[in-house]
Amino acid sequence: MHELSLITNLFEIMEQKAKEKNSKKITYVKLKVGVLSGAVPELLETAFDIYKKETLASDAVLEIEKVPLKLKCKDCGSLTIKDDLVFNCGTCGSTNLETLDGTDLYLEKMELEIE
Amino acid sequence: MKKQEIMVLEDLLGSNKKIAGDIRRKLSEKGILAINLLSSPGAGKTSLLEKLSEVLSPGYRMAVIEGDIETERDAERIRAKGIQAWQISTGGACHLDAKMVGKVFSEIPSDLDFLFIENVGNLVCPASFDLGESLRCVLLSIPEGDDKPKKYPKAFFTSNALIISKTDLLDKMPFNVDRAVQEGLDINPKLEVFEISSVEGTGIREFVDYLIKNLKKLRRSNA
Repeated sequence: MHELSLITNLFEIMEQKAKEKNSKKITYVKLKVGVLSGAVPELLETAFDIYKKETLASDAVLEIEKVPLKLKCKDCGSLTIKDDLVFNCGTCGSTNLETLDGTDLYLEKMELEIE
Repeated sequence: MKKQEIMVLEDLLGSNKKIAGDIRRKLSEKGILAINLLSSPGAGKTSLLEKLSEVLSPGYRMAVIEGDIETERDAERIRAKGIQAWQISTGGACHLDAKMVGKVFSEIPSDLDFLFIENVGNLVCPASFDLGESLRCVLLSIPEGDDKPKKYPKAFFTSNALIISKTDLLDKMPFNVDRAVQEGLDINPKLEVFEISSVEGTGIREFVDYLIKNLKKLRRSNA
């Protein structure tokens, strides 16, 4: 359960961005969560709801988009895109793969109220 | 009052990655190979370090950063071997992060060869946090069962080496080494595999050779 540390980092980034825009209120937050990011979306939601109280984002809506694993095969060159964890090329079965996406966790965008 | 949407595209682990990158660069400049040891609690990380301290001495100098939720116990075990050790008590956190490692960084002697970082015993959360290591090694012990790699894939996906530990228990427990290794390699074909027993001392030499090979590689890349 390291999701609370991740959400602490999220609030540091969000508060910094809100400050740059002179905003006192964050109304919407969108996260992109890779299936191999190591974070569980449901636990991120719980941690967000606990953390947001008495912050600029106390009424913010959190949206989480799961990012599938995107693998490029170094043998046959084809792309494999999967929502679950696979470690073989979907075309030739090779395990000689480059991971292109699905391992990160990032704040994609947010909505602010501006005076 | 109007609403404005802004694109951010910032990694939630960005600050950790930045600190880890600084640690990796500084260690690399000093020619120190840092190894992050990951496993569930009780897989034998500290016992492996005790054994390594015997085998690496006197030719190589090592030190250890110990991560635990509470107590100084592991650091005391390492110090009893005459090895410098720092205990980081995370106070409840399930993993070490780069900032915690950064706090003891100034105390690390420049003439080290190996800096081992023993992570909090947990096969899940530590896998997400880069500590600035050059090598990440995951231990899987015989009592845990041979089906763990696919149940906890990220630890295996992000590691450089898989260490099957406590092999002295193989005749007492139904653990299929080939299955465990194959599952690990299915997730990450680049894993180097070692089978060790810290009690009997088997496999330690092979792992030490692997560490020395990587130390030389790190120093060659500096030259």
